[in-house]
Amino acid sequence: MSRRTYARACTGANVYFMPVNDDMSKDRGGAGIVLSHLSKSYGKVHAVRSIDISINAGQTVALLGPNGAGKTTTIDMVLGLARPDAGTVSVFGVPPAAAVRSGLIGGMLQTGSLVQNLSVRELVTMVASLYPRPLDVDEVLSVTGTAEFADRQTMKLSGGQAQRVRFAIALVAGSDLLVLDEPTAALDVESRRDFWNAMRAVAAGGTTIIFATHYLEEADAYADRIILMARGRVVADGPATEIKAMAGNRTIRATLPDADVGSLSALPGVNSADARGEAVVLSCSDSDSALRELLRQFPGACDIEVRGAGLEEAFLELTADEDEDDEVEVAR
Amino acid sequence: MKHPTYLRYEVLRTFRNRRFLLFSLGFPLLLFFLIGGTNRKAHLDGISFPLYYMTGMASWGTMVAVISSGARIAAERQFGWTRQLRITPLATSAYFRAKVVCGYLMALLSLVVLYAAGTSLGVRLSAGEWLTMTALLLIGLIPFAVLGILLGHLLSVGSMGPAMGGTTTLFAVLGGAWGPLASSGVLLTLVKCLPSYWLVQAGKSALGHSGWPPLEAWVVIAIWTVGLAQLAVRVYRRDTARA
Repeated sequence: MSRRTYARACTGANVYFMPVNDDMSKDRGGAGIVLSHLSKSYGKVHAVRSIDISINAGQTVALLGPNGAGKTTTIDMVLGLARPDAGTVSVFGVPPAAAVRSGLIGGMLQTGSLVQNLSVRELVTMVASLYPRPLDVDEVLSVTGTAEFADRQTMKLSGGQAQRVRFAIALVAGSDLLVLDEPTAALDVESRRDFWNAMRAVAAGGTTIIFATHYLEEADAYADRIILMARGRVVADGPATEIKAMAGNRTIRATLPDADVGSLSALPGVNSADARGEAVVLSCSDSDSALRELLRQFPGACDIEVRGAGLEEAFLELTADEDEDDEVEVAR
Repeated sequence: MKHPTYLRYEVLRTFRNRRFLLFSLGFPLLLFFLIGGTNRKAHLDGISFPLYYMTGMASWGTMVAVISSGARIAAERQFGWTRQLRITPLATSAYFRAKVVCGYLMALLSLVVLYAAGTSLGVRLSAGEWLTMTALLLIGLIPFAVLGILLGHLLSVGSMGPAMGGTTTLFAVLGGAWGPLASSGVLLTLVKCLPSYWLVQAGKSALGHSGWPPLEAWVVIAIWTVGLAQLAVRVYRRDTARA
């Protein structure tokens, strides 16, 4: 994505960054996963800033956001690998450490390789033996597509194969909550499809799933709910359709050579304007006003298209910098 | 043992690790045949040289075995495996215990191999002497098992080789595993404060040496064990708190 955003209207933008709490109150009934006022800093980097998330048992939730949004830090706190500076995490009514001890959580971390000197089957069997109610090892090997190299030593696997084994390790736990941090990062297109097919089956079995991703399509296609994070905050929370609706309602695309992007973005109803070669793209909060004014001020505009914003536009809109004076930071 | 399957695979991994086998079994055995074999008619301290050297190599080989078993934690930490384990129901103490068990099993194998090698060079001991020697060696190894876990949290994979080599060599030389370092004076007094000295003496306990004065040996081993364990706990806490 090589878009350059030249201007943003300040009005409107703030609306999108409101933490979304109240409309999620319906999810607070069962003892699912509850994160309240959760914060975590690494030195001067505010990785996670007072987020509130409540996830019902059985939901599949995507944590979506660019690198540095705080997704991994949030996941580490849910797994009990990182201690929050403030706030609490509750997993099925107990703290993460207790949930881990009783085998309620299966997880796939973003980094980490497999231990050596074991075959894939031995490794999956070893991990399964640690859990009170593990899934059948052969079944997991077959579902995760690792059966065909189950007798190979772990150090002789390709990156994609190792990734699938790591998924098998998470899955074999047979846990009530499955947490996956960038699960498809090393997979090719076909493996990615296999992976999500397996995940659908797991989700259908009632397992609560939280996965972090920066692939919009994955979040859109596989999650019941998308939690969009940026700079350590939750910037949007809801079904994919709602997230799309939150960003500029429509975009106007027109061919307009040598356009002045500055004056385009100042048009009424326009949030931002980009130049893409000879075309301009206007992200609008009120496309009707914008279009009237566009035709009046720029009569040379032609090939005009008006369409609803896709998730990609929503993503960029909602995760763009909100304040000029916001510290520059990178979270894990 | 709460997780027998886990322990079984840990042991399997240990014995499949060729480098580990080479250092804990291969090197002591090689040195024993090279030096013990060429001096098989000689005597040292009134003891036949092969017997003397067999006990020295036994203390060195078993020490390397238990230290490096714990020190392998460093690699598992570095490539993220311990984080994966921390989100399973396996308790940290059980993880450490498995490392100690693997180290001890490797040490036992090292002893069996060296005893067989000794026998092939004419070493003859009574059943009681073999057993006493073995039991005392296993006790003398306790502080080194703890040291391994400590090093596993201090070292990185890159520094592992030199640090392990240096540590075990220093302990072995000062403890007298490769021949007596001092028989009197200040050096002997200092050396007697090392657990490796008592590990070597444990090996010689069955040789008619009055080499294992119970109290002093127990005290040194206990102090080192407790001290190293406290350090290990501190380093472990620092390591996990960072996350």
